[in-house]
Amino acid sequence: MRPSLELRSHTPRSILYLTPVIAALLTAFSGGVLFAALGYPPLEALYAFFIQPLTSLNGLAEIGVKATPLVLIGIGLSIGFRGNVWNIGAEGQLTLGAICGGAVALAFYDVEGVWLLPLMVIAGTLGGMAWGAIPALLKTRFNASEILVSLMLTYVATLFLSYLVHGPLMDPEGFNFPQSRLFHDSALLPTLIPFTRLHLGAAIALFIVVAGWFVMARTLIGFQVKVIGLTPAAGGYAGFSQKKVVWMAFLTSGGLAGMAGLFEVAGPIGQLSPSVSPGYGFTAIIVAFLGRLHPVGILLAGLLMALSYLGGEVVQIELGLPLAITGVFQGMLLFFLLGADLFTRYRLRWNRSPAAGTAAGAARPAEAREEAA
Amino acid sequence: MESFVPFIVIMLGAATPLIFAAIGELVTEKSGVLNLGVEGMMLMGAVSAFAVSITTGSTTLGLLAAIGAGVLMALLFGLLTLTLLANQVACGLALTIFGIGLSSFIGKDYVGKPLDALPSMDLGWLSDIPVLGPVLFSQDLMVYAAIAVVAAVAWFLYHTRAGLVLRAVGESHHAAHAIGYPVIRIRYMAVAFGGAMAGLGGAYLSLAYTPMWVEHMTAGRGWIALALVVFATWRPFRVLLGAWLFGGVTILQLHAQGAGIAVPSQLMSMLPYIATIVVLVLISRDATRIRMNAPASIGKVFHPER
Amino acid sequence: MSPDIHSGSASANVSAGAVPRLALRGITKAFPGTVANDDVSLALRAGEIHALLGENGAGKSTLVKIVYGLLQADSGDVLWEGRPVVIPSPAEARKLGIGMVFQHFSLFDSLTVAENVALGIGDKTPMRVLEDRIREVSERYGLPLDPRRPVHALSVGERQRVEIVRCLLQDPKLLIMDEPTSVLTPQEAEQLFTTLRALRDEGRTILYISHKLDEIRALCGRATILRAGKVVDACDPTEKTARELAQMMIGSDYATPAGAAEDRKTGEARLTVHNLNLAASGPFGTTLVDVDLEVRGGEILGIAGVAGNGQAELLSALSGELLVQDAGSVRLEGVPAGHLGPRQRRAMGLGFVPEERLGRGAVPDMSLAENALLSRGTGDDMVSRGMIRFSRAHGLAEKIIDAYNVVAGKGAHATAKSLSGGNLQKFIIGREIMRKPRILIAAHPTWGVDAGAAAAIHQALMDLRDEGTAVLIVSQDLDELFVLSDRIAVMYHGRLSQSRPAHEATVEQIGLLMGGVFDTSDAWEGDAHAS
Repeated sequence: MRPSLELRSHTPRSILYLTPVIAALLTAFSGGVLFAALGYPPLEALYAFFIQPLTSLNGLAEIGVKATPLVLIGIGLSIGFRGNVWNIGAEGQLTLGAICGGAVALAFYDVEGVWLLPLMVIAGTLGGMAWGAIPALLKTRFNASEILVSLMLTYVATLFLSYLVHGPLMDPEGFNFPQSRLFHDSALLPTLIPFTRLHLGAAIALFIVVAGWFVMARTLIGFQVKVIGLTPAAGGYAGFSQKKVVWMAFLTSGGLAGMAGLFEVAGPIGQLSPSVSPGYGFTAIIVAFLGRLHPVGILLAGLLMALSYLGGEVVQIELGLPLAITGVFQGMLLFFLLGADLFTRYRLRWNRSPAAGTAAGAARPAEAREEAA
Repeated sequence: MESFVPFIVIMLGAATPLIFAAIGELVTEKSGVLNLGVEGMMLMGAVSAFAVSITTGSTTLGLLAAIGAGVLMALLFGLLTLTLLANQVACGLALTIFGIGLSSFIGKDYVGKPLDALPSMDLGWLSDIPVLGPVLFSQDLMVYAAIAVVAAVAWFLYHTRAGLVLRAVGESHHAAHAIGYPVIRIRYMAVAFGGAMAGLGGAYLSLAYTPMWVEHMTAGRGWIALALVVFATWRPFRVLLGAWLFGGVTILQLHAQGAGIAVPSQLMSMLPYIATIVVLVLISRDATRIRMNAPASIGKVFHPER
Repeated sequence: MSPDIHSGSASANVSAGAVPRLALRGITKAFPGTVANDDVSLALRAGEIHALLGENGAGKSTLVKIVYGLLQADSGDVLWEGRPVVIPSPAEARKLGIGMVFQHFSLFDSLTVAENVALGIGDKTPMRVLEDRIREVSERYGLPLDPRRPVHALSVGERQRVEIVRCLLQDPKLLIMDEPTSVLTPQEAEQLFTTLRALRDEGRTILYISHKLDEIRALCGRATILRAGKVVDACDPTEKTARELAQMMIGSDYATPAGAAEDRKTGEARLTVHNLNLAASGPFGTTLVDVDLEVRGGEILGIAGVAGNGQAELLSALSGELLVQDAGSVRLEGVPAGHLGPRQRRAMGLGFVPEERLGRGAVPDMSLAENALLSRGTGDDMVSRGMIRFSRAHGLAEKIIDAYNVVAGKGAHATAKSLSGGNLQKFIIGREIMRKPRILIAAHPTWGVDAGAAAAIHQALMDLRDEGTAVLIVSQDLDELFVLSDRIAVMYHGRLSQSRPAHEATVEQIGLLMGGVFDTSDAWEGDAHAS
């Protein structure tokens, strides 16, 4: 007897929803093994990583703060991934959003007004869109890989931000520290819960979750993205444009990443500094996959990933482990998910006579088709 | 001439990690697999090489560790994409994210520790020849090794039967399978070679180019290596050319600053990334050229029973 | 290599006596739903070119795949030079001395000629030696080839030479050629015939599969005719006329078909194609040359032809999936539409049923309700202000399911891939007809569909015609075309013959045109483009 894989004609919903949970459990287990191997008590470390952040109001609020950019970006990326458009430069689009939105705040650093914050949001979103438009243009016009272009632009964006805070946007009274002036109150997002950092952006992210669901489930453009992503030839038959999907994916995900970037500088950070994100743009890729490219799933996955950031901070403080443990957990989670995904597409079957059975079974339908044609 | 010589010397050094990573990825892609995890594999190679070298005092062991780490990462990728049939793009991204995290984690205790750089070769009177001596005969061993690997890969791909089979598998896995070649096994080997080379590329960074360990010290070189493969239209010797070109661009900033050109360093540092984009556009716009040279089944999941 | 070839041909000559080189006895092979070969017997002698003649689906391909070890027969015997043999794989077939040149070549595009040959023959001959052998064989048999050229730079005819040379290097006693000229120009075909005759004169046997009558008469000494999986006749094709061969191939049992009405009252021209030219898109594509056609309201135009003669290209140019340079070469109700995409053409009243129903006509992983939307746009009240009205899409899917008796387990929620071919086809046809198109184009509407579903589809298409729609049907199934069509035209090598009223056309005429006999007095008089 020997196992073989057979394509499923239908994926049961239970498996679709179960695999992320299984992946999360496997990650926790492997994490425990890793802690033990490093000489830390595994259960205590796991408790510190996964549970402790949830035990205080402030911890919960921080999860909301960190989940906000992850969910915003994850929703945008999921639209592209559904249409087979691979924007992996959300980190750069986030950075541009922070730069553009932050530049508006700094341009009016001595003017207060209720119009300022909306203007910053618009500028940040447009900045992210513009940065996303570059790979979209190069993809549709010159067929250049959107993966590599969007990624290269991330490095460019980071360097550009670094240049700005070392130069033109540096705080003139900041003792030459590479950071901008602090934003004043009307350029900062109001907080939702007093004495925490949970800001208005979290509420907007929730709205985007609903909007993202609506676009993908209810609108023609969402339908076009799904058809092109699943079956390009059927998209051609229907008359949907592949290029339009590329543009739509990059403008949406770029815009949302830009908005997320602005929320970071107008929320928890409060100024422009050389580093505005601990890799939210990359982690959001994991969020999108873990959430099964579905808005509700992305919301849950975003919360889990936010927990992994916070958990990393807690074990750093409590056990002295490096903060990079967060990246290890995130990577493992994505691996386990991608591996477990096999079972959403294939069914494991135990064959008695592997060679003969499978070969004949595979050959027959194909031959019959050729004969009929 | 005097500033020209160090320029060439540094350029060769800057190009070496790119050559290793790109030639490994080239072999992987020639077999029909797209591994976007080069950055992650390089980082694992860099941190392993550094950690082992500093602990054992042996550079050789360090290099071996880098190869081992790269291969392990690549096999993880192979397990997911070749055996478990997962999406290659997603798994490559996962490998990079994982590699960045794990290398930072492992390397925590090594940040800021000093290490002696790889010694340059001293070939006696050869190294003393003016101009030619420093350029040709006084690099460290890895610079020569990188060039040798490119030549070896070119020979393997185009002059051996195994290389022919590898190219055939990348061209059409179904046809190759039908003739009777073991597609999955061949791809595992190609992916592992890609991992080994990426590991060496990373090791060169942490042992020779800048002999120290810094979190995410590859700074996108893994991705540039991927772009180099496209730039080279999957030809080994063009990888060499491309890598030298990029090496030149990378160190241009140093010389620009040295020459007193008042462009902020960050803007100069953007050059390699922007150059990558420009080159990608120039190469990719000719769609037929890409189609003719790219391995036809690249990135596609192979399941013999489908 | 050359000694091998000589010894091979010498032994071939020895056995050219009474024992057939290859004999098949009572070969039967069934697939789910069809019997592809039914008690087929056949004997091939040394030193002959033997034709296997039949329509598409007659069972030719299945039979040769059995001989080449790609398929196993359910029952029957294979005798090789008098000995019963089992051929479990192509490798075993090659060991016996059987070589095969496929219709679609299994070559690696980016590799050179010599590399392709090396991969195929699998021994460890050094490349330089192999290159010399390739040159030698190719010169010897008039198959000029440069071993160092990459395959993607070769013409289709040269690619075929690579396959033939690959076979010849193994010194085969039996060479199977599957529709070898279907992709060749007439000049290339002539060159191939010279080679094949030379091979025959060395004592090799060639099994030549084709539906092209003139070729078979010019080349083959004997012919076995297959129809619906059975051997119906064997003859010396040189002694028969093309008309007689066509008769044998297609059968006389369906004389002049009924069903097509005499003179139907037709309306204005709704689909007009004039001087449509389109370059082939790939090495196996067909170039469209000066295609002219016209379909009026209230009539069905049927286009017959063997697959791969340009039908796919014509259909893409008509649906809008491929755009044509000259917008006026495709007109919908007089309006130039060649430059318009599928959605715009749909808005002008075009309905389209593609050949590939799963993966083009429907998204496999989507529900029928969602698939109902594929050919609907803003004008169809399924979408308003960019939003999809799913209740209406669902209602439409249910309506199609009801009206066309689509068997779908979960109704409108069932995924397209869960349906049987016939049911999915009924759903797609229903989806297009429910739009009340002014023009409907259907490609192979009952291909691979069970009889019940086929009858329902035919009825639906005729009803649509009777309501005044212009209908264009492309099919390989002559029965179907005669039942449905008011006029019939034939496609061959990218050209379209003029059409003729179905009740005036005979099966023989169509058969001749399908076989490329465009210019004899047997085909209808001078109205077909000479090829």
